[in-house]
Amino acid sequence: MIYLDNAATSWPKPPEVLKAMTDVLEHAGGNPGRSGHRLSIAAARVIYDTREEIARFLGISDPLRVIFTGNATHAINLALKGILRPGDHVVTSSIEHNAVMRPLRSLEKQGIHLSMVPCTRDGRLDVRDVEMAIKSTTRLIVVAHASNVVGTISPVAEIASIAHQAGALLLVDAAQTAGAIAIDMKAMGIDLLAFTGHKELQGPPGIGGLVIGDNVDVSKIEPLMRGGTGSRSESEEQPDDLPDKFESGTANLVGIAGLGAGLRWIMDRGIDEIRDHMKKLGQTLIDGLSAISEVKVYGALDPERSVGIVSFTVTGKHVSEIGLRLDEEYEVLSRVGLHCAPAAHKTIGSFPEGAVRLAPGFFTTMDDIREAIQAISKVVRS
Amino acid sequence: MTQYGVVLFHTTSAVMRAEKLLGKEGYSIKLIPTPRQFSSDCGIALRFDWNHGEMVKSVLDEAKVEFDAIHLLDSKGV
Repeated sequence: MIYLDNAATSWPKPPEVLKAMTDVLEHAGGNPGRSGHRLSIAAARVIYDTREEIARFLGISDPLRVIFTGNATHAINLALKGILRPGDHVVTSSIEHNAVMRPLRSLEKQGIHLSMVPCTRDGRLDVRDVEMAIKSTTRLIVVAHASNVVGTISPVAEIASIAHQAGALLLVDAAQTAGAIAIDMKAMGIDLLAFTGHKELQGPPGIGGLVIGDNVDVSKIEPLMRGGTGSRSESEEQPDDLPDKFESGTANLVGIAGLGAGLRWIMDRGIDEIRDHMKKLGQTLIDGLSAISEVKVYGALDPERSVGIVSFTVTGKHVSEIGLRLDEEYEVLSRVGLHCAPAAHKTIGSFPEGAVRLAPGFFTTMDDIREAIQAISKVVRS
Repeated sequence: MTQYGVVLFHTTSAVMRAEKLLGKEGYSIKLIPTPRQFSSDCGIALRFDWNHGEMVKSVLDEAKVEFDAIHLLDSKGV
């Protein structure tokens, strides 16, 4: 089997991740912050250590600004609904995932004004267009760090400086980039970053986070949920302390333990080594697909400017048929359709049919890619 | 006999941070359930050798770890 659906979720997971998850239940299975016994304290240590590692990995100095959520969607909702108020203006791009688009469309009905900056057909966002979209009421710019359909990387550092000149904040959806390319929030000027644990960070599903930059005023962000935090229990009001303000209810200890192990696995290998491997696989995939005359490949066609995601369509064939035949006849697993990103498919010109998306992972080999290309060329021609 | 003091915090994350910092500096510390006579804020408190009180406080202040209060514990250390 050749698994090329790592942009949906990475698989297989490093064995260290599985071990960390069972270990934590066995040896540190108390409720963190709710009790004072050894199992509760052990659980709290696992969570705090992971917070510190994420802060270091993403380039912020205060680990208490790492807010754990269920996934990137949850983190994006927390940021958008926590920051935006009626009358505020938001700038976003035309390659966004529905994790960004749907909450924004909902907020629009509540009086938020939205500008969608068009990207080029290969998924590139021109910073001059972002600058043109800025208004005096712009409170936030939100962009995907990389498109989940074509993998094109956005120039977030340049967008950050545009945001800051306008007195606005930058929220980056790093679902496809955290763990895949080096991110330094401070150096890049990213104010808020939403990540998910189960993709390139090699962790399990059900854990993600919102990382809040050191200079962001958290008193202006409202929590999405309120409830028990284990702190200031005498009060019936939500505490202002970080991270408790934004983390009500019992934490996903098992998910956090797995995420921490995934992060350490990445750091042991080095993000540059991972990135190099993905670039080589991406180039081979692009070259191989481009050589098949019936195949149309979307995106920048340049692994230097994208993460390891390649989408294509085939003249005269439905993407669903290709996906099914690749799976059934060749055990090549892809994802077909609109990838929860109708705006992105409209941008690249593959709406409403969608595309076949191939997303290698760290465990994908060059032979896997060659075999997948062979399989695709056979499916296309029969 | 060692006399103990206890640092109370508002959040578990702050306790974790304090434990790491003070552990790294080599202080003899232990996390204990927050003594009920002091506070109900956070379930865990940090117990330390009362002789090191000033140093413990300055380590926490320097790292900007927010804490609620510091108390002297009774002779049983609870």
